Amino acid sequence: MKKLAPVAYGLLLLALLAAPFLGAYPVFVMKLLCFALFAAAFNLLLGYTGLLSFGHAAFFGGSAYAAGYAMKAWGATPEIGLLLGTAVGALLGMGFGLLAIRRQGIYFAMITLALAQMVFFAAVQAPFTGGEDGLQGVPRGRLFGLIDLSNDLTMYYLVVAVVVAAFALIARSVHSPFGQVLKGIKENEPRAVSLGYDTHRFKLLAFVLSAALSGLAGALKTLVLGFATLSDVHWTASGGVILMTLVGGMGTLSGPLVGSAVVVLLENKLGEIGAGIASFTGLAWFNTLGESVTMVTGLIFVICVLAFRRGVMGEAQALATRWMRGGR
Amino acid sequence: MTVTLPALLSQLLLGLVNGSFYAMLSLGLAVIFGLLGVINFAHGALFMMGAVIAWMGATYWSINYWVMLLLAPLLVGAFGIVIERLLLRRIYRLDPLYGLLLTLGLTLLIEGAFRSAYGVSGLGYDTPELLEGATSVGFMMLPNYRAWVVAVSVAVCLATWFLIEKTRLGAYLRAGTENPRLVEAFGINVPLMVMLTYGFGVALAAFAGVLAAPVIQVTPLMGQNLIIVVFAVVVIGGMGSIMGSVLTGLGLGVIEGLTKVFYPEASSTVVFLIMVVVLLVRPAGLFGKEA
Repeated sequence: MKKLAPVAYGLLLLALLAAPFLGAYPVFVMKLLCFALFAAAFNLLLGYTGLLSFGHAAFFGGSAYAAGYAMKAWGATPEIGLLLGTAVGALLGMGFGLLAIRRQGIYFAMITLALAQMVFFAAVQAPFTGGEDGLQGVPRGRLFGLIDLSNDLTMYYLVVAVVVAAFALIARSVHSPFGQVLKGIKENEPRAVSLGYDTHRFKLLAFVLSAALSGLAGALKTLVLGFATLSDVHWTASGGVILMTLVGGMGTLSGPLVGSAVVVLLENKLGEIGAGIASFTGLAWFNTLGESVTMVTGLIFVICVLAFRRGVMGEAQALATRWMRGGR
Repeated sequence: MTVTLPALLSQLLLGLVNGSFYAMLSLGLAVIFGLLGVINFAHGALFMMGAVIAWMGATYWSINYWVMLLLAPLLVGAFGIVIERLLLRRIYRLDPLYGLLLTLGLTLLIEGAFRSAYGVSGLGYDTPELLEGATSVGFMMLPNYRAWVVAVSVAVCLATWFLIEKTRLGAYLRAGTENPRLVEAFGINVPLMVMLTYGFGVALAAFAGVLAAPVIQVTPLMGQNLIIVVFAVVVIGGMGSIMGSVLTGLGLGVIEGLTKVFYPEASSTVVFLIMVVVLLVRPAGLFGKEA
């Protein structure tokens, strides 16, 4: 398993680099990558620290707005937009973290949800967010003032570079002593305290890191698609990233990548999937499947919680471990 | 800025009406959490179900408000019992976070189903004839229906408090919250009690939904934002005491109503702001016991 992982990641990277030439639609893959980064950042908190934040939409959407506004109104260059988005995510994360860490477990989730709802209402009412319409027509601009990003292919390789770098940072953090302490807190917080770790500081640090990277993902999404809307800050976006992590496998590095791919594909292609099932089974009802994304999402949640808690990658790892034991 | 006394009083009453809904919903959440260890995210969706069922009754079968006030909570309570039996029962041993995620999934399912049936626009529901109009109480006109909502909500909350704090059944319930295995050893059917508690909690939500139908616009999404406010209410009050949830709910409703008069821009966020202050000053919540 351990030896296999670098090979798999190498292949994935090769596939990503080659994807535009293999007929993949770059904008769609970029969107997918943004959500993969979002989910990986979220998993740092849920999967590796054991904290369920229900407010990550605030970091993702808040940064999407901040970056979009800076690029549109001030004419900031893309790299400034991305940095600003990351900073906004980190700052919001600091504020949320300081408050939410005062309570544990289920309260932690409720507090982050309520705080994120405040950010949502701020986005509804603030004069610069465009209200119901959102922030539209954000220009991609020129990277460092030099490289024109309006070309989808150029943009694509920037997104791949940013997401791979951020993912490497997450992987490094997880395997560092810092990451080990986080895992220790997740397994048994009182024991971590008794070993002399200031668990509050570690949790806060993990929260800020996760929020900053979620902010980066949100800013990147604005840069790619050219808009930031209320659905980015709505609580359903927080629910979405939880689902991605859950489906892919909490506490596995590759899980969020798989989970985000499944969820984004489902949200975008459910209509086509439904039409496919309809022509296959002859049941006309499936043609309307595209309109019931919410229900299908809910159903996946229920199934995952009841029967599939380890997620795709968690199950795969368990299977591989069993298989290797059997082989020996 | 001038604020007339009647305008102030009418917002105050509206605040109390909203506060009654917060109180009944947070009460249900607290009772369910106490015994099941599950935070019922679906509470808002079940509140909506109560309202929409009342609307369906009036629209399709012309069943009047008073019958629906009884029937809708029973139906939703039965639905809740089915949920508990089929789904929730399987996850009690797990981390409570899974309960939140499972009920979140249920919320999306329920709201999605109602949305595909009725869209997102408001469904009109008339105030029952008996409670139309307003009564003059000297200094203001008191809208009858709003007064009724506040009165009946407070009565229901007090009855629940009495049931849990003062009766034998309530004693079993409180004992079950402390130590379910020991209570079971005394020959009390704890799984049955858990099932009925969940049914009762969600029936309370549906009852609030029917009460809300004539005053809040009935839509399949009406519970969505409400449940998040109720979560904040629960964080502020703490889930330790029943009276605590009721008082916190009513109080926050009033504060929200007053904010609408003096600074309307903040009316949607004031409850969350109060939550922030409470977390800073008294992290366990106003009536909370645990740290």
